[in-house]
Amino acid sequence: MLKVIHPGFYTTIQDAGRFGYRDIGVPVSGYMDAFAARFANALLGNHPDDAVMEISLKGPTLKFGINTRAVTYGAEAQLKLDGEIRAHFIPFPIKAGQTLEIGNIEKGARLYLALQGGFQTEEILGSRSFYPEITHSAKLYKNQELMLKETKVLPSGNAHLKHDNKILTTNLLAVLKGPEYDCLTAEMRKKIIDFTFHVGHENNRMAYKLEEKLSENKVDMLTSPTLPGTVQLTPSGGLMILMRDAQTTGGYPRILQLTEAAINILAQKREGDGIRFSLLN
Amino acid sequence: MHPTESNFSLRFFPYSNSAILIEWPEEISEAILQDIRAFKCEIDEQQPCESVMAYRSLLLIYKKKIDFKETVKTLKKIYQSREFLNIKPKQWKIPVLYNNKVGWDLEAFCTQKKLSPTDLIRLHTSAVYRVFAIGFLPGFMYLGGLDQKLWTPRHSKPRAKVPKGSVGIGGQQTGVYPQESPGGWHLIGNAPVQLFDAHRKKPCPISVGDTVRFSSISEEEHELINIQVKSGIFQMKNLLEHA
Repeated sequence: MLKVIHPGFYTTIQDAGRFGYRDIGVPVSGYMDAFAARFANALLGNHPDDAVMEISLKGPTLKFGINTRAVTYGAEAQLKLDGEIRAHFIPFPIKAGQTLEIGNIEKGARLYLALQGGFQTEEILGSRSFYPEITHSAKLYKNQELMLKETKVLPSGNAHLKHDNKILTTNLLAVLKGPEYDCLTAEMRKKIIDFTFHVGHENNRMAYKLEEKLSENKVDMLTSPTLPGTVQLTPSGGLMILMRDAQTTGGYPRILQLTEAAINILAQKREGDGIRFSLLN
Repeated sequence: MHPTESNFSLRFFPYSNSAILIEWPEEISEAILQDIRAFKCEIDEQQPCESVMAYRSLLLIYKKKIDFKETVKTLKKIYQSREFLNIKPKQWKIPVLYNNKVGWDLEAFCTQKKLSPTDLIRLHTSAVYRVFAIGFLPGFMYLGGLDQKLWTPRHSKPRAKVPKGSVGIGGQQTGVYPQESPGGWHLIGNAPVQLFDAHRKKPCPISVGDTVRFSSISEEEHELINIQVKSGIFQMKNLLEHA
């Protein structure tokens, strides 16, 4: 068990997501940066789809009730175990009674904390991923208790991993043409590739709005299915990129579709970060 | 509704590396919806994917990367062999309390439309609606078939909080908010029922293609169903109409 002393800014438990319920409007959810979450699981020898903690902007403080091993990956923040600094992306043991404090995120947007065996929080509709009205909490709260798997404390590895997480530094998002790409004028198509866009103030697990606008348009369409990674063009010319918690249908033209790798890259961007689209095929 | 046996001309679109979007001609039509249901029914049995239906679209989402050309070849064969049996739509009847206390826009709506509340209730309860899509929120139905006299553009500024169960009108559609959420529709009443419950065996038993009617209930009946929902004895099957 683990007790939440401070929940941080917006902390959730996420796994690979909720499959098979999108026909009744339940978003797939799951790790925003699936690459980072799976990498963290791999560093501990977990199953790739095990549940991890997803941490945004400001990290939580957690008090452990059992022995375990932990690792962080993705965005970077200062880690302190009982006041002693621990390295990012190198697994370390935690003993019952110890407190892990994760500071402000300094690089990237989402940090993943994996524990050996994965988080054992409630599984609803086949997934542990937090989502309002599905799981009993939408985000971590003070004094919340989370179930874990007890593991033997293994000696701390002294591996010096040299690692460069390129996802945090690249700004190129590979995209496919979306179902309504053909609605775009030649000028809009050119702008999409030439512009550097910037992540707007409204960016969360549901969608990322971009600062720059294309141009006003009057494409009228019936409500249609959408996917995480869909770039929607709003009537005022705004661009909205749907993310993992996005609703399953939408009424705006779906002009581009981010690849899975591009969704992971975008998940590590925050307000003001620049991005460019690179159209495949 | 009679199923059509003729084939529509379909567009197969590679929406992502693991998803295929199938589109029917762009119109609101019960024949199209029925054809989508028949196709989906076969696909669900034969393909390792989940599927989302909406108006004239069927989206197939696979867990793994797919070979688009090969999969489309298989899907086209499945489309030819689809059958229209076993896809009988269910018919639902949803109880609604229509008044200004729970339907915050009822009075303003009636004034704007020059209708009495009785007229509004009569128009809203006499239609049989078709579920053309489920999305926006878990269990939120896009219902087509609203009487033209009730068509109204949504509020220009959506409300930050619309209470759970609110029945609204937005554009040419009507529907029920299955949970509290932001929303821009004109609220005319409240359905005390639990349309979506993640802890139920079938979290949302209503599916795209089903029909829905609304029935006007009293405050007492509203309160009674509310109590049933809160105490966990409410059952969705009570809302099923038998043909």
